[in-house]
Parts: sequence; C-alpha cells; structure tokens
Amino acid sequence: MIDVVGTVKRWWLNLIKHIDFPLLLITLAIMAIGLATVHSATIDGNQRMMSQAGNMGVAMVIMWFVSRLAPQKLMNFAIPLYILGLILLIGVFLFGVKINGAKRWLPLGFTRIQPSEIMKIAMPLMLAWYFHKFEATLKLRHYFGAALLLFVPFALIAKQPDLGTALLVGAAGCYVIFLAGLPWKIIVGLVAAAGAAAPLLWGMMHDYQRKRIMTLIDPTTDPLGAGYHIIQSTIAIGSGGPVGKGYLNGTQTHLEFIPEKHTDFIFAVYSEEWGLMGNALLLFLYTLLIGRGMMIASAASTPFSRLLAGAITLGFFTYAFINMGMVSGILPVVGVPLPFMSYGGTALVTLFLGIGILMSIHTHRMLVKK
Amino acid sequence: MSEFHNPDGDLPRFRFRLGFTAVSVLIAFAILFGRFFWLQVLQHDFYRTRAEDNRIALIPIVPNRGVITDRNGVVLARNYSAFTLEITPSQTVDLETTIDSLAEVIDVQPKDRKRFKRLLDEAKNFESIPIRTRLTDAEVAKFAAQRYRFPGVEVKARLFRQYPLSHIASHAIGYIGRITDRDLKWIEESERQANYKGTDHVGKTGLEQHYEFELHGETGYEEVEIDAGGRAIRSLKRIPPVSGNNLQLTLDAKLQEITEKAFGDRKGALVAIEPSTGGILALVSNPTFDPNMFVDGITPENWRELNEHPSKPMINRAINGAYPPGSTFKPFMALAALEMGKRTPNQSISDPGYFNFGNHQFRDDKKGGHGSVDMYKSIVHSCDTYYYILANDMGIDNISKFMGSLGFGQRSGIDLGKDDSGESKGVLPSQEWKKQRFKKPEQQKWYAGETISIGIGQGYNAYTPIQLAQATAVVANNGVMFRPHLVRNIVDAKTGEKRLVEPEPIRDLHLKQQNVDVIRRAMVGVNKEGTGARAFAGAGYEAAGKTGTAQVFSLKGAEYKANSTKKELRDHALFIAYAPADNPKIALAVLVENGGFGAQSAAPIARMVLDYYLLGKLPAGAAVEDSSAIEADVEE
Repeated sequence: MIDVVGTVKRWWLNLIKHIDFPLLLITLAIMAIGLATVHSATIDGNQRMMSQAGNMGVAMVIMWFVSRLAPQKLMNFAIPLYILGLILLIGVFLFGVKINGAKRWLPLGFTRIQPSEIMKIAMPLMLAWYFHKFEATLKLRHYFGAALLLFVPFALIAKQPDLGTALLVGAAGCYVIFLAGLPWKIIVGLVAAAGAAAPLLWGMMHDYQRKRIMTLIDPTTDPLGAGYHIIQSTIAIGSGGPVGKGYLNGTQTHLEFIPEKHTDFIFAVYSEEWGLMGNALLLFLYTLLIGRGMMIASAASTPFSRLLAGAITLGFFTYAFINMGMVSGILPVVGVPLPFMSYGGTALVTLFLGIGILMSIHTHRMLVKK
Repeated sequence: MSEFHNPDGDLPRFRFRLGFTAVSVLIAFAILFGRFFWLQVLQHDFYRTRAEDNRIALIPIVPNRGVITDRNGVVLARNYSAFTLEITPSQTVDLETTIDSLAEVIDVQPKDRKRFKRLLDEAKNFESIPIRTRLTDAEVAKFAAQRYRFPGVEVKARLFRQYPLSHIASHAIGYIGRITDRDLKWIEESERQANYKGTDHVGKTGLEQHYEFELHGETGYEEVEIDAGGRAIRSLKRIPPVSGNNLQLTLDAKLQEITEKAFGDRKGALVAIEPSTGGILALVSNPTFDPNMFVDGITPENWRELNEHPSKPMINRAINGAYPPGSTFKPFMALAALEMGKRTPNQSISDPGYFNFGNHQFRDDKKGGHGSVDMYKSIVHSCDTYYYILANDMGIDNISKFMGSLGFGQRSGIDLGKDDSGESKGVLPSQEWKKQRFKKPEQQKWYAGETISIGIGQGYNAYTPIQLAQATAVVANNGVMFRPHLVRNIVDAKTGEKRLVEPEPIRDLHLKQQNVDVIRRAMVGVNKEGTGARAFAGAGYEAAGKTGTAQVFSLKGAEYKANSTKKELRDHALFIAYAPADNPKIALAVLVENGGFGAQSAAPIARMVLDYYLLGKLPAGAAVEDSSAIEADVEE
C-alpha cells in the first residue's frame, strides 16, 4: 500500500522546508493589521482591501520561490541585477517620463517601470557580494570602491528627484558598509564632514524639497499647501488619544482630511482609530521583525549572507522609522510607504523579496556549515 | 594578528556592529514612542479639539452671475435654474457600470457620455461631473425613487447661462464655458481664486470675459457640521453670496437684430457708434454663432464645424478683421490735407483719368477722367487721381501721422475679451512700419511709388471696421475721440444702483471747424448727388457718407467685372456714414466681404440702420443687393 499520509507529509515538509515561521508569523500579523486599516481607509470610496490581499498573495509566492534559492545562487544575481538597475536608471535619466514633476518611470512600450525600486534590493546584494569577495584582503581603498558603487545609483535617483527612494537605497548601502567594518575614525570624520556640508546640500536641493523641510519646522506656514499633510496627520494621531476612536470611527480618516490615507499616510488612519495602544503594538511587532532579522544575520554562515541579512533587516527599520516619523511630524515628508501596511503591490514585492532572502539565508545556513 | 585568515575572525566584529545597530533601532523606536505619547496623551485634548473643528466644513455658495441687457432693457444673457444629474467618480464602485445602469433609468445619449468623458479628463477626482443636464421633473422623480442603487450619483439644482437671443450679438456678448487650466491661471493671477471656489464656469470671450469679475459676484459660504459620512447634518452659519453686477449696454438689440438680418448670409461687419460718447450701438460680425452651445460644453463636432467652416463664424470681424478701407479713406485724406495746409477746398486738379509716376500709370476708375476736380467733387464722385496726387504731395509719414491720430492702426480699446489681445491692430503703413515688418534690407525701404495707392485706401492699408467707425465718429464729433465701449451702466443686482461707465475721451485732435465743415458738406454731397445718392434717395434726414470698394486681388491691368469674377475674389464693399449731418447721433462703418461695389451692397445696410435708429423705421424687406445701383456707382 502506498503511504498516502507519508507522501503528503513529505510533500508538505518539502514545501515549507525553507519557510522561517517566526518571520512569517510576524509579517502576517503586521499585514493583518494593514489589511484592516486599508479597509478602513478606503471604505468610503474605492474599496482596496481585496486588491491588497491579492498583492500580498502574489508577493508571498515570490517570497516562497526566493526562500528556496541558496545564498550562493543569490550571489550570482548580485552583479547582473546591479548593472541592470544601473542601466535602467541611466535610461530614466535619458528617456524617462515625467509624472508630477519627477522623472521616475521608464516607458517600455507596453508598460512602464520604476527602476529605482530594483536598486532597493540590488544595492545591498551588490555590496554584500563586494565585501564578501574582498573580505580576506579588505583595505581602505575597498571602502572607496564601495562608496562609488553606492553613490552613482543614489545620485541618479536623487536627481529624478525621488528623495524617499534615494534615501532608502543609500541607507541600505551604508548599512552594508558599516556592518562590513568601516573604521570608526572614518565614520566620525564623515559625520563631521556631513555636518559641515549641510549648508552646501541645502543649496543643491530642489525648491520643493526645501519647502518640505521648512514646513516640517513650522507646518502652519503653509496650512493649505505642503503643511496640510503634516497638520492633518498630526491631528489624526493626537486626537486618537491613548486608546483610539475605535475601528472605522476615525473622523479625520472618514471625513477625508487625511491625504493619501491608504498609501503613505496609512499610519495616521491606524493611529487615529487605535491610539497609543495600537501604536505600541505596531512598534512591538516591528521590533520583533527586526529582532528576528538580526538573529538571522547574526547566525548566518558567510560574510555575504550576514551582511545581506543585516542590511535588509535594517532596511525594514528604515522604512518603518521614516514613515512613522514623517506621519507624526518629526521627519520630512519623503514618500516612503509603511512596510506591510501601506497599499501598493510594488512595495510589497520588494519587501517580500527581502523576507524571502532572509528565509533563504536562515534555512540554508546548515548546509553551508557542512 | 595571524597569517591565516579565518572567515569567522570577523564575526565578533560583525556581531558587535549588529548589536550597535540594534541599540540604535531601539533608541529610534523609543523616540517614536515618545512622540506618540506626546501627541496622544499629553497633547490629546488639544488635538481632539482640532479634530472636532475639522468636523465643520465650509461649503461655497456660488453667486448668481450678472444679467446682461441692452440699452432698452432687452435681456441678452440671463440665468435659469435646472436639475442636473451628477456623478462623483471617487464615490462610485465602477464608473462604467454605474453609467450603464443609470442609462436604464434615465435617458443617457452617447453625446452625454462623450461630454462626461471629456469633463472627467479635465476634472479632479472628488468633483462631481454632470452626466445629464436639464432633467425634466419626471426624470428627477424617476431617479429619486431608485437613488439607493447609485452611490455617488445625485441630482443637483444648478444655474445655467442662457442667451435668449441666440445668434444675435453673440460676438459682442461672448459666452461662458467650464474653467480650464488657462482660465485658472488668469483667476490666480488676478488673486481671485478664493472667490471662485465652487464656480465652474467663466467668461471665455466678449463681454462675458471682459467683465468677468463684475458679473461673477462674491461667493458665499455655509458652515455646516458634517457627520461621519461627510454629509451635512446642520447648518451653523450662512454668509449669503452677493450676486454679480448686471450690465446695461449701449447696444440696441433691435438695431443689432435688424442689421444682422440685413447681412443675410453675406460675410461682413458693421460697427455703429454714438459719436458724443463712444458708446457702441451695434456691433455686427456676420456670420455669427449660437453662444448657448458653449454653456454645457460644446461637442467636438460642433466645435470643429465652427472653426473649420470657410466663413469663419468664430472670428469677430468687427474688431479682428483687417481690410483695406478703399475709397472710404478719401474723406480722411482730404481732412489731413486741409489740416496740414497741403490743399485748400477750392484748389482744383485736372484729371485725365490716370496719374503717371515713374514708369507706372495709376488709373482712375472712370475712363477719361473727371475733368477739373476740387475737394468737394473728389469726395462726391470718388476721384482717384486727386488722391494719387495728394498722397504723393503729402508723403507717407505725414499721412501715417494724421491717420494714427484718428485711431487707424491702433487697438480701439473696446471692452471686449480679457485684454486687448483679441483685437487686431490693422496696418498703418509708414517708413518705420515697413522697416519693422520686413527682414530683408531691400524690402525694408519705403518707395515713393508705394505712397500713391495709400491715398485711395489701397496698398498696405488694412484697418478693422471698428477703427473705420471710430474715425468716422471722430470727424462727426469735431475731432474729439472717445474710447468705444459697449457697457453703459454697471448695475448692482440687489440695490439697483447704477454705476455709469463714463465716456472716456482719448484725445482731442483740435480740428479747425471750417475744415470739418468742408468734409461734412462733401460727405453729405455723396448721399445727395454722388455715389451714395441712390441708396439714400428719399431719406428723411441728412446723412454724411462715403462709399468704398476694396480690391481683394490685383487685377494686373485687366478690367474688373463684378458678375464674371468668382465670389471669393470679388471686391469688398464698404460704406461709412454719420447722421444727422448737423447733429450726429450715430456714426457707422459697414463692410461686406466680396460685396462688390460699396454703393451696391454696403450703403443699403447703412441706410437701413440709420432709418431705424433715427426714425424708428423698420425695413420692409432684407437689404438685398441693389444691382441697378451698379451703373450709378461706376464713378467710384
């Protein structure tokens, strides 16, 4: 007799072989909150919850595939993906289409793509590979090489202008360089230099970027323009109070005072309805996610995988911190979605690529050790 | 440390660095938590109040647009209330399905869908867009019964602009249409954007555009408390809107109607001015259009038809068409000669029927010439040779200077359109003008031979009908020029208080009375014994006039035959007049495109206008072409 139960069990075990359950459960918890909040944010208009659930499904299938690729295979992708991203970014610079004053999209005839999104993964991948390769003979000049690999795409994205994405890509690269062991002396020197160069940077900024920073310092200067977002989202959070107004009861949300409420400003919706209690829960879940990611990085078996895992994990942190910071009015509005919460398929795919890579690194570590 | 590199040797450092970032993450999240605590606990009361305040919405109330009436109170533009069916796209589940199922309840034509699509492309997502206008009461009731089926669709009462006289005076009144980005820019530049919240129509041309900010009124506001669904539940405060001001025109709608009818299907323009004020009595540009077509948003088919029609009905020929004035230029030439001392009234020339200049012979229309011609005869019989010689004697820059003072070659400044860009300047030729106009050096030079035909209103001369009418009015008014205007009073809609638009004297030419009298006598002679005699036979008043025929294309020595020439190539017919001659109440200029001789087609229209305005006499029939006038007119 054929062992049906055994076959199914083997099949099932093989299927979930590379799934890291702590990571999966944490992201599922955050996504459940996200779905409920998308529902609340879009209940008065075009309902987006089902569509977002679909996005999640697709993204998780991608995660599953990626988790099954061994880190060595991932390493093979580093250079081609980075070069592809770079070529596309140059393409955007030369032939990009302008939407809302920013040149971010590359038309491909049938569709258009946003190459800066690729760089969010390609950048840490490339630099992790780079430091892995030179790990044994690491010299100061290698850090310069890494800085160059980081700077070119960063500048191209910042030039579009897309400050939010440039920041995320730049941060991902910096994390790899830092974790790879950039000497403290240089770090201190760079921080000091950056402080000195701040006025210079101010001069290089676009008017709208300066305006964002000015309205951050005092949003009331432009209550109907750039400051409106911050004022309204701050009111939403503040009026939520310790326990919130209750699910679907946020007045700021449902009276249309919060702009982009199912995408970049979804945190305002959540915070208004669930209050400080809800915020604490969400911060806790993000802390768990980052903690799990760091555990994976720490336990990783090769320099490549530990650097990549560290950078991806810190990338999640950066997303979450910048988004919640901007919505609550302590950081400038730079257009960064809240991970696993904000509506949008592209961002979810990128995020789950990251989760998939983390799972791959973790579930393949023993094989390498052998 | 050691020669042999251990891949795990860097692990402690990596772990230390990772630990460092972990601490940073915790600090950053603690800062966020602190911020939330500050906002949600310590400042909670403050933000709760702010959120409460946010429950109060300001709903703009659009004011009634001012009404436009003619000088006698005949309504030219008004508003009426009608129900529209409107869709707010952001509140519908699926736009196409909504419209499809809506069509089962209420008649939705393909053209309604097309217009909706067009408006949708222009509109912002949260605006409601009309799918149907002018619902009948039955349709309103039918929809109301099934309203629950259609979230995001509602019936709204809106005011619509209506032009009751349809085609009549449409070039003067203009029309309104939906606000586009360009209009928005204009409104923003005028710093009136706050007053346009809720307004979706704006004046696009004519008086509607020129007096936009008078007609619009002040937007009111209603402060309402809104419930969690965003619906208004209670009105807290209402600041009523202030209706726009009404415009009472100098225009006489009946006169306008008679004149437009007189043109029939002929293209052309007529401008009639009250010389003592500059008030416009009639401003005709034929063909016209129905401004009502624009109110709901004109269909692309209609728009294309209007713009591509060969007779160009959208062009306001009265202020925008530039035509050679032909012989109507002669009285002004004569006046210039008198004022500059180049001629006396009695000084005569001998006209052999031509004037030789260099190698070129300038021919007179009358073979064999007019014999001995003084100034009176030169105008009455429209002698070309007299003006060839005069132009040559005066020189181009003297002519240009005097004609410029009469308003030729300048925008009249009439109160139409947003600024004066809608008005054409025409061409007042001078040496300077030619230098500016042409690029090649050999073309920039003015040749003395070019001055000759300027004297009879040909050559580079090109003026708008309003310039011609204004110059006639200046002569009728003894040299005092007023800015032509269409609005007499701006009337407060509520109090009825009238604000007179003061006649605005532009300049006084200080003409010598005896010179003006010479011209007047000669122009009266035109209608008594000259080229206009036939058209003005039996008039119950004394009218000063002058016929004109402007060449559309050069005959190159061939003889002009009205009947054998293709209609588009036939000459333009012109006539200028003012009456009564001793106390002018009206001055006018008529132009009939391809009308042939001035006496034949333009003068009868002028007669009809004067008959009605001075005597109240209605025309018996349309002013048909008087073909027997051709013989009487050959002298021209």
